[in-house]
Amino acid sequence: MKRVGWLFVAACLLPAAPPLVIRNAQVITVTKGSFRGEVAIRDGRIAAVGEKVLIPPNAQVLDAGGQYVMPGIIDPHSHIALESINEGAVSVASMTRVEDVLDPESVAIYRALAGGVTTVALLHGSADSIGGQCAIIKTRWGQDARGLLFEGAPPYIKFALGENVTRPGWTPRGGGPPNLRYPASRMGVEDVFRQAFTEARAYQRAWRDYKERRGRGEPAVAPRRDLKLEPLVEVLEGKRRVHTHAYRGDEILMILRVAEEFGFKIHVLVHVLEGYKVAKEIAAHGAGATTFSDWWAYKVEASDAIPYNAAVMARKGVLVSLNSDNAELMRRMNLEAAKVMKYGGLSEDEALAMITINPAKQLGIDGRVGSIEPGKDADLVIYDRHPLSSYAKVQKVVIDGRIYFDRDVDLSGREAREKRRRELLERAAARSKEAQSKNRRPQ
Amino acid sequence: MRYLIGVLALCGALAAETPTAIALRHARVVTGEGPVLERGTVLLRDGTIEAVGQELELPADAWVIEGQGLTVYPGLTDGLVVMDAPAAPGGGGARAAPAPAGRQAVSRGPEDRPSTHSWRRAADMLAPEDRRIEEARNAGFTSAVLYPGSGIFAGQGAVVNLAGDKRRMVVQSPAGQYVTRAFRGPGSTPGFPASLLGVMAYIRQIYLDAAHYRERRAAWEQGVAGVARPDYDRALEGLLESPRVLLPARSRVEVERMAAFAKELGVAAVLYGAEGAYAAAPRLAEAGVPVLVSLKWPERARDQDPEERESLRVLEARERASSTPAALAKAGVRFAFYSGGIPPREVRKAVKRAIDAGLPEEAAVRALTLAPAEIYGLERRMGSIAKGKIANLVVTDGPLFAEKTGIRYVFIDGVKFEPPREAPPEGRRAATGGAR
Repeated sequence: MKRVGWLFVAACLLPAAPPLVIRNAQVITVTKGSFRGEVAIRDGRIAAVGEKVLIPPNAQVLDAGGQYVMPGIIDPHSHIALESINEGAVSVASMTRVEDVLDPESVAIYRALAGGVTTVALLHGSADSIGGQCAIIKTRWGQDARGLLFEGAPPYIKFALGENVTRPGWTPRGGGPPNLRYPASRMGVEDVFRQAFTEARAYQRAWRDYKERRGRGEPAVAPRRDLKLEPLVEVLEGKRRVHTHAYRGDEILMILRVAEEFGFKIHVLVHVLEGYKVAKEIAAHGAGATTFSDWWAYKVEASDAIPYNAAVMARKGVLVSLNSDNAELMRRMNLEAAKVMKYGGLSEDEALAMITINPAKQLGIDGRVGSIEPGKDADLVIYDRHPLSSYAKVQKVVIDGRIYFDRDVDLSGREAREKRRRELLERAAARSKEAQSKNRRPQ
Repeated sequence: MRYLIGVLALCGALAAETPTAIALRHARVVTGEGPVLERGTVLLRDGTIEAVGQELELPADAWVIEGQGLTVYPGLTDGLVVMDAPAAPGGGGARAAPAPAGRQAVSRGPEDRPSTHSWRRAADMLAPEDRRIEEARNAGFTSAVLYPGSGIFAGQGAVVNLAGDKRRMVVQSPAGQYVTRAFRGPGSTPGFPASLLGVMAYIRQIYLDAAHYRERRAAWEQGVAGVARPDYDRALEGLLESPRVLLPARSRVEVERMAAFAKELGVAAVLYGAEGAYAAAPRLAEAGVPVLVSLKWPERARDQDPEERESLRVLEARERASSTPAALAKAGVRFAFYSGGIPPREVRKAVKRAIDAGLPEEAAVRALTLAPAEIYGLERRMGSIAKGKIANLVVTDGPLFAEKTGIRYVFIDGVKFEPPREAPPEGRRAATGGAR
């Protein structure tokens, strides 16, 4: 509750941007077709979209000159802008919160923004079977940590399976004894989940008992609050979404079964390179899948992958998205989408949906972002060519109706920034010289 | 040799205690509260300030020091000094034997209280013979707030006067719980937490545990049915007896993060470091969290790769760090200085940089005198020149932050010290005090 409170405050920090109308654009809505037309933005939201829209008074009018406007890209799996990614020392790290270690000054945010990415899911790493609580941000470059958070997004947590968790042959950085952490096998990973959720059920019961006793007016002391088990209880109660890092078909089936046994849902399978083998089972569970277009063979469990994975899963009824897991790949997600047209023959809209509306649905934020529709947040990217072309360059990026990236401004400001750099270097050199001369003492 | 100097200094101190009263007269007195007395007198008796004023009648037993041409300031306080890390947790002091070789327990979670020495007290680890005490005194410092230095929760600080025997030195203990930046290093436990993520989670959990411990203990004492007696937990006891917690916050991002974290924890907190706080001053004012500003202004490391291209952001942060005190003063944030690892004799020069960046001189004096006293809740007992306060003074032959100004006398608990006129030749071993 407290959380919702300050998120609300964060949302109110910035005064609303003035109305903006983008005209003369090739509008790609992703969900409602593509056409030459206009988009009107008011109070940070899309007010209208169509071939002709009503222009609000005092609106700023932007002539797109026939360029392409599409919804901001959503990357459902990234680790940018974090000062620490893995807890790593324990198998259940659910007490950790990615939000605690956000670095709003990380230049990776700006680079993602310049690649058309407006929403990013920041995940805990995959070193722990149960990882930390994740955060969804918008790439509002220049805002502080609080201002980056996607206000009102549902909470979620990261699970991980396979080699990253069992760590075969792993030794700690800087030496020391080899991996002594349980589990060391895929069987052990399954056991960690059962054990953790059995504990979570007991914890849930202890609190229920306590509240009942209080309700009857009996004296009682509250159980100890356990920040490791609280998020797991939220998972059991359907209040927290689950993203599971998984590669192999067998372990994907394992986690789906464990979840079904404990009565919760896996919302998204991450990587899921063998998803094409178990697509029907994934669809039956209702899990989404977020995968790479054509990136594999970087470890044993990632070897049995095919570039048709995304298309195959989509055709079998799985909600599929593409993700970067990488600060560099993140800057050209439009090309990742283009690749699923080559491999699997998806349509333009199907391909673009995998980097916009599909990840939005997976993250539970599709009511707010992921397509160009009236009422949604005005998170838009303007490309000079069709975004599925490898020649396309991002020209402008709008978030909440505000221009956060402008290619022309970036280019024209470079000289001034370089000048300021030189100036600061000179001043630092002068300080250092002065300090040295003063510290020299007669012997 | 150093030991001998220490003993001599100590003997000097004892000998100097002979007069019952000392009067410093006809000096410029910067009281720290109220107007400056251009030709004032300060009367000290039995370690406290008995009177201060323009024209005082001096008692017959007072030793008189002519203060013509001198300026009297309240004694300077170093708001945070980290003591040498003891080798073994709970080993009982700075000179404790190193941990026995062998297998160390691995922490599996917050319940193992990893890297936590919250019960350790700086007051029990004092080493009056430490040469750095004299160095600090010669630079005008009369007090310092000392902290044990290792672990996530390093232990309880103590406000100490920089002279006298151990028992006399301690003004207040515990003064606060010191949370360090390091979760790896001497005195730390292997295992959880292995990351900043884990450290934040651990701190959050242990404060919840402390509150629960207190509640359960109280319920058990009252005989509430079904409440088992909680096991004694010295880590939680240490937290519960801390009047405040010091949280590390160097960059702007850390300052904002820790200000929010302190609010979330609901504990009285002080942030330390703060070199990037110039960009977060309004946020700090809103949070109402006091700040200890390190006087070690960030510069490029001397052994840094000269070819490395540093970002504009890093360069800008370095350039603007010394404007932090001015920004905090303007925003109305309570702040004090600490040496942060620079030698005491360089402190005034470092403060001068903050003054050059816009900090009023009066505010600079305050940040070394009354402000630290306020942060530690001792403003009624020290930090300014007023009747009844501890007789800690520094007497200079000019404005405190002028380059040519020398320190003539230092009074601690009413005892006079006279720093050598010429700076002693620099020792081989650099002073290593200060927060890391």
